[in-house]
Amino acid sequence: MADHDVVVVGGGGAGLRAAIAIVQARPELSVAVVSKVYPMRSHTVSAEGGAAGVIAGDDSLDEHAYDTVSGSDWLCDQDAVEAFVEEAPRELLQLEHWGCPWSRQPDGEVAVRAFGGMKKMRTWFAADKTGFHLLHTLFQTSLRYPQIVRYDEWYVTTLLVDDGRVEGVVGIELATGRIEAITGRAVVLCTGGCGRVFPFTTNGNIKTGDGMALAYRAGAPLKDMEFVQYHPTGLPFTGILITEAARAEGGWLLNKDGYRYLQDYDLGAPSPTPVMRSMELGPRDRISQAFVHEQEKGNTVDTPYGPVVYLDLRHLGEKVIDAKLPFVRELCRQYERIDPVHELIPVRPVQHYMMGGVHTDIDGATGLAGLFAAGEVACVSINGATGSAPTRCPSAWCSAAGPGSRPPSTPWRTPMPRASRPRSPTSGGAWSTTCWRAATVASGSPTCAPTCSTRWRAASGSSATPIRCSPASRSWASCGSGSRRPPSRTPAGRSTPSWSRRWSSGSCWTSPRRWW
Amino acid sequence: MPDTITLQVARYRPESESAPTLQEYEVPLREEWAVLDGLNYVKDHLDGTLSFRWSCRMGICGSCGMTVNGDPALTCGTFLTDYAPGPVRVEPLANFPVIRDLVVEIDDFLHKLPEVKPWLVRDDDGGVDDVEFLQTPEQLDAYKQYSMCINCMLCYSACPVYGIEPDFLGPAAIALAQRYNLAPATSAHQRLDVLATDAGVWACTYVGECTRACPKGVDPAGAIQRYKLTAAARTLLPWGKR
Repeated sequence: MADHDVVVVGGGGAGLRAAIAIVQARPELSVAVVSKVYPMRSHTVSAEGGAAGVIAGDDSLDEHAYDTVSGSDWLCDQDAVEAFVEEAPRELLQLEHWGCPWSRQPDGEVAVRAFGGMKKMRTWFAADKTGFHLLHTLFQTSLRYPQIVRYDEWYVTTLLVDDGRVEGVVGIELATGRIEAITGRAVVLCTGGCGRVFPFTTNGNIKTGDGMALAYRAGAPLKDMEFVQYHPTGLPFTGILITEAARAEGGWLLNKDGYRYLQDYDLGAPSPTPVMRSMELGPRDRISQAFVHEQEKGNTVDTPYGPVVYLDLRHLGEKVIDAKLPFVRELCRQYERIDPVHELIPVRPVQHYMMGGVHTDIDGATGLAGLFAAGEVACVSINGATGSAPTRCPSAWCSAAGPGSRPPSTPWRTPMPRASRPRSPTSGGAWSTTCWRAATVASGSPTCAPTCSTRWRAASGSSATPIRCSPASRSWASCGSGSRRPPSRTPAGRSTPSWSRRWSSGSCWTSPRRWW
Repeated sequence: MPDTITLQVARYRPESESAPTLQEYEVPLREEWAVLDGLNYVKDHLDGTLSFRWSCRMGICGSCGMTVNGDPALTCGTFLTDYAPGPVRVEPLANFPVIRDLVVEIDDFLHKLPEVKPWLVRDDDGGVDDVEFLQTPEQLDAYKQYSMCINCMLCYSACPVYGIEPDFLGPAAIALAQRYNLAPATSAHQRLDVLATDAGVWACTYVGECTRACPKGVDPAGAIQRYKLTAAARTLLPWGKR
């Protein structure tokens, strides 16, 4: 048996951020990071587009909060959003200080780009490999701290609960099959989502919902599990994500007739250059649902891997594509054998993100004493029914930084600087805010093969593959259009009352407004 | 194009078998299928006992590096049709101990990585935690290439020096050290005691296989040669100026 002060389950963005936050706040604590993969394999690595945070002079926290709340279809918890948008710039800046290679403006300030659902340019990015740089920056920075003890390729099977309090986990070392208890005063779940429930997903093989299952079995409530985000632009067959940044930089979605069909779905009027929160930069769920309607009208193109529409980047030119979207070009060339500089990219909606997860309060605490959660596995909720795209990465960060330092009873929230704060002589003055859905972590392992899969077979006498591929295919067919305005929010455990809270600038928003 | 292709897959359980053996599987040959899709077909339909690592299948997580027909490669980005009519031989990465089948032990790299201090040590870290440090695109370009390493271990597998000299820090670790050496406001000499050693850059004989193997366009061989210059120039300085 091994004993630590805190046990973090999952080693992606949220898990590593939480671990670093803990040892920075309380250097005397020992933190275990237990992950079924090596941390740099975690699915945070696949995030492409960027992370939202207020930095530009013409932007404000209120506007970021409003975009986030409306992007959630008015179903998020507004006090959580308020904390998130405040926290986001600090977290993004922290990453910069750790060496994250954010893309820059010619004058040296961090560059921001437009993104779906955002009215202002506030999405920080590292070309189109944002998650990769984020994860590796965090992983490498975590190596500084000897107090962080990693259990790489250890698969957590059970939360240890004693008298209503979580006291640790049981893990299997995948390489050897050794089973061991790893105890701690607090456990932080950072295991990512469960996209692999679906047959067509952008998620890596490791995103199997392990943390949600662990929490559920231990008695912690889940919430909003019916809210599943479909990304409008996945490559057929592989489900590889073509980042929203491709549309933010000016890409168009075309049906089989070459027509920008989004104008028929109450998403604004077409314009040659991108317009914030309009057309291709509308919310992901609206764009995915428009695809379903186009399909019903017979306006999509059939392929062996399902109907597709086209993403057109050709008018951006080779220079812009290579500078801003190099990974998109690399992925298209390698996996689709087309060059987006000269050809249309076939795309279709693909399961991308779980808005729901383990219910937590604003500090990351779940309904079970001693158990915290951060990232995609958690639901605070700032995503509501459909999170704004670049909100997810940042939210992971913020939520991870929170519970990270909270178990040792350190106040974790500090006021976030506003864009108007005085500039330091050494700084360009830009405050960037972007939180990270660090929690897009993942757990899951290659070597999971010998254990999980074999155990499943042993127990059921069958392969999990047909199971994964059947029930989910039904729900994916409508791109989650049922999730847009669900009949009611699933009450789960303690529900944080948030609607009565007042914003600093006025009352909370309660009525949906139009997007543009 | 034939409908199927033969995979010759290395099978090995070190605890009970004395040597690896090749097992043949017939898998569908489709234009879109990578070698990894073939392995998953085996796993899902033919033989669930086969062990291998994979996750993102978009060439960024670095899990699925294996030896395909003798060359180290990410199997998610290596296509079956490129090897038609086959067979395709799939073996674990060379230069690493095998845990099982195609899964190798990479703990050696994970022990070496912290030795090169792969984190930012700023010369001017004066406790400013709420300001942005400026960095021009040119400054970013100076180190960005070396930040693209996905730790897939193909370069270690390709490196003949690492094969015979296990103490060698290796291409990826040194490239990542350079990634932080070349960042603005940092000193390249912070890692001298680790890099300018017999197990560091001086072990490299500049074969260059690491750079050829890298699936992400990182040039570890260039990073190593460049640091040799840095280290050599410093030894020419009088003691007082080092």
